[in-house]
Amino acid sequence: MSSTFDKVADIIAETADIDRAKVTPQAHVVDDLGIDSLAFLDIAFAIDKAFGIKMPIEQWQQEVNEGKAAADNYFVMSNLCARIDELVAAKKA
Amino acid sequence: MRLEYFQMIDRVTAFDREPPRLEATSVIPDQSPIFEGHFPGHPLMPGVLLIETMAQTSGYLLLGLNGFARMPFLAGVTEAKLRRFVEPNTPIAMEASLVHEGSGYAVTKARIRADGKAVCDAELMFKILPFPPGLGEQMRAHATGLGMPAVEAVP
Repeated sequence: MSSTFDKVADIIAETADIDRAKVTPQAHVVDDLGIDSLAFLDIAFAIDKAFGIKMPIEQWQQEVNEGKAAADNYFVMSNLCARIDELVAAKKA
Repeated sequence: MRLEYFQMIDRVTAFDREPPRLEATSVIPDQSPIFEGHFPGHPLMPGVLLIETMAQTSGYLLLGLNGFARMPFLAGVTEAKLRRFVEPNTPIAMEASLVHEGSGYAVTKARIRADGKAVCDAELMFKILPFPPGLGEQMRAHATGLGMPAVEAVP
């Protein structure tokens, strides 16, 4: 988790030009870090490349829009990193 | 190629799923009002229209890969290099390949060559969204007119 967090936080700080210190495990990527949808695409591409995965962003957004999941579940940094770890583990399985 | 209508591709000459790539050709038109301003007495194909040409080549690649189910919209251009001037009446060859297919987005690399020499290249990002009403049929019909092989719809 910690290595995933550091890697993702570095990607977000660099890609979206955000102060690395603001990218905390509790930070919400939209509400706290101010990342818009286009910047999030760049971040998603960088994360997909770095971890060799395909984050199911559309599925996540649909679950949030349909009230099946809380946005925090996917877009708070600690939770986002947990989802990434799950995707990496699923790929290795 | 009809610059005023943003019809940048004359023919799709190859489309492959594995590896995903598309080739196309065009001829820069001999005459266009665009050349009256770019530049007076020294007509050159504008670099932004070369980028648009690479975007359309990539767009047809992505449309072919998803079976014309969803529309790619240009969202980002990185690492664009405009390496050579292109004058009217010049035949050009375009090529696009898939770098990454993400969820709701895709990244391609595209390039244009003229007389075997590199004209420009770029990495392009697209948002992949549902078609606005009626556009899907128009895009498929236009692709057929360009010689793009029929592709099956991908669910």
